[in-house]
Amino acid sequence: MLQNDPLVLPPLLSDVTSSESALRSFLFGLSGVDKVGVEQRVAELSTRSIKTTAKAEGIDLAIKMIDLTTLEGMDTKGKIKTLCAKARRPDPLDSSVPSVAAVCVYNDLVAEAKSNLVGTNIKVAAVATAFPSGRATLATKIQDTSDAVAQGADEIDMVIDRGAFHEGRFLDIYDQIQSIKQVCKSAHLKVILETGELKTYDNVKRASWIAMLAGADFIKTSTGKIQPAATLPVTLVMLQAIRDFHIQTRRMIGMKPAGGIKTTKDAFKNLVLVKETLGDNWLNPDMFRIGASSLLNDLLMQRKKLTTGAYSGPDYVTVD
Amino acid sequence: MVFEYAAAPESSAIVNIKSHYNLFIGGKFVKGKNNSNYKTINPATEEVLAEITEASVKDVNEAVKAARKAFKTWSKLTGSQRGKYLFRIARIIQERAREIAVLETMNNGKPIRESRDIDIPLVAAHFFHYAGWADKLDHAGLGKNPQPLGVAGQIIPWNFPLLMLAWKIAPALAAGNTVVLKPAETTPLTALLFAEICQQAELPDGVVNIITGAGETGKALVEHPDINKIAFTGSTEVGRLIAQSVAGTNKKVTLELGGKAANIVFDDAAIDQAVEGVVQGIFFNQGHVCCAGSRLLIQESISDNFMNLLYERMKNLRLGNPLDKNTDVGAINSAAQLAKIKELTQAGSAEGAEMWSAPCEIPNRGFWFAPTVFTNVSLSHRIAREEIFGPVLSVLTFRTPDEAIEKANNTPFGLSAGIWTEKGSRILEVANRLRAGVVWANTFNKFDPTSPFGGYKESGYGREGGRHGLEAYLKAGK
Repeated sequence: MLQNDPLVLPPLLSDVTSSESALRSFLFGLSGVDKVGVEQRVAELSTRSIKTTAKAEGIDLAIKMIDLTTLEGMDTKGKIKTLCAKARRPDPLDSSVPSVAAVCVYNDLVAEAKSNLVGTNIKVAAVATAFPSGRATLATKIQDTSDAVAQGADEIDMVIDRGAFHEGRFLDIYDQIQSIKQVCKSAHLKVILETGELKTYDNVKRASWIAMLAGADFIKTSTGKIQPAATLPVTLVMLQAIRDFHIQTRRMIGMKPAGGIKTTKDAFKNLVLVKETLGDNWLNPDMFRIGASSLLNDLLMQRKKLTTGAYSGPDYVTVD
Repeated sequence: MVFEYAAAPESSAIVNIKSHYNLFIGGKFVKGKNNSNYKTINPATEEVLAEITEASVKDVNEAVKAARKAFKTWSKLTGSQRGKYLFRIARIIQERAREIAVLETMNNGKPIRESRDIDIPLVAAHFFHYAGWADKLDHAGLGKNPQPLGVAGQIIPWNFPLLMLAWKIAPALAAGNTVVLKPAETTPLTALLFAEICQQAELPDGVVNIITGAGETGKALVEHPDINKIAFTGSTEVGRLIAQSVAGTNKKVTLELGGKAANIVFDDAAIDQAVEGVVQGIFFNQGHVCCAGSRLLIQESISDNFMNLLYERMKNLRLGNPLDKNTDVGAINSAAQLAKIKELTQAGSAEGAEMWSAPCEIPNRGFWFAPTVFTNVSLSHRIAREEIFGPVLSVLTFRTPDEAIEKANNTPFGLSAGIWTEKGSRILEVANRLRAGVVWANTFNKFDPTSPFGGYKESGYGREGGRHGLEAYLKAGK
């Protein structure tokens, strides 16, 4: 389970954010990531064969981990209503299908989503901080976040300032995350690194550490607006950073790959990475989420295939 | 437990194992003259798979005679004609890859993931590579119009049965030689399937002859007077006997023997990938790898963190049914090999090293050994000096690069080594000073048909693979 107590860093880490130079030294002192090696490991884990009982369990687990997402300029209240209905009851004909973990929307639609999910455990996540680019003043980002919290958002998905990252202003990113964390109050904070704009695995590892040190509850790969989004090697590098952070602080940080995870097979590859990197303690919706829109229908079709023995088809699952 | 992987076994229905196998001589399967047979088993279940002929001296004579006869015509074919057969064999191997992989796993004990993704694709790649060389021998760096040696006697080990066959047969045939090959006693089945593939490819009779048997059969082959070349991969002990036996004859020899490779991890290494590389280096193929990274040299300043990550990683290794697609560690190939591993690990404990084994459930039947690590190892311990040829890692520490190099080189072997550091200049310096035939940097156990492979010192002589591999099967031209 997620801890809500304030983050207290152990002595070895307590002063790494005391100055720009201390943070820089710390980040550049992290061991590097070898591109060939991490991609080879992912290729090997991707051959795991998930059959029968494991497949049935994996499908339901993946459904329960989904942050069902709509982040479009043309989102309407009507769209949110149908999305929430789908989140509650993914397959209208089969009540044994579990609900998803959360719906993820822009902040002006949080209230609509909340009202459609009354009486359920489904969380409402709002993207904030001038999502997806993050190009706004801190004051605007704080306002954006507090608006979402005021409307009842349970979770905030913020973006980091990638411009600052490439300029080497790591402490600014840290400070911004801390500021947003304060505004979040009891809402969980997911920090989006937008790994597609960080480009190297070393950068992904460093950005993961900045976010975790600053108090992120979750780290998240992508906005879904930049390609590539959640690739498996990026997810593995972030999971390993979470593991290292846990070794040093005993604090469990959650992980959310988002964008590009479309099929049951993709979802299983992610679950395998989690299982064989962080272990069973992370294999639940409190610690692992999948940000996706089209994945759910593939999971439903695979689920039906497993229970009935026959493939249905895209016309037999709802397109909400 | 959450999301436990269910059994996902590859079906063995695709293979058609005969109850009895004859010898493959002169393009036909023929009975052994002594009517002496032995049984080959699946080391994961101890179930008998087939009865195999033990070739006698008379059978070896017949095989060499057939190869000599075939040499007269095979060596006169143009390179492109020989290449045509090799390409054909390579393609059939690809077409029948799944069948071959399942059979390899059943007879050897290695995980299907490895035979399917590594062994068999490399087998096909070797045949493709040397098929391409067959009409380009003038460019092998051996002068104009280099000539084949004649009949090659080839003896291969049980750790990569078909891959070792490919390493031997593909360059020999491309260069215009004919061969008599003896697979290892415990793993003859894929070599016998390869004999069928030679028939399917309509390879001229006698170009490839496969004789099965144990040490005596091998000895008869090595000592046969009409053999021009001996190629052996196996233990240093047997390699020594072969070198003695052919001394004073005209036979050319290449030997690829044992190893005790150091995998050196510097404090600036990419830690997670280095942990992975160490795991692949020693637990790949149950450590039945002559170039296995069996000695980990870890810089003291990161050893605690590194070892903790290594133990955690090893807890995820899945030992069990080799045919299961999720198995990482398969069966030990034979009771004899298991006994040897046990003897050496007991010596390690007795000499004061500390043993840790991954918590695996060991199946009731078959031959198994859990992935194991020894710490507090000194260079004087047997487990730091002798080749264990099993899933056992000996860990030593070092303080400076000089010390690492000194310790890495302090072995009678010299087949391979690994370097892990994010610093390019260190890779170049250390690689130059390591006395090992293959040095991997930030990776391990990577094989490619274009790359020469072979050792220093007691690890043998001669190179296999790539352009260098042709030299072992050609007389230099003008």
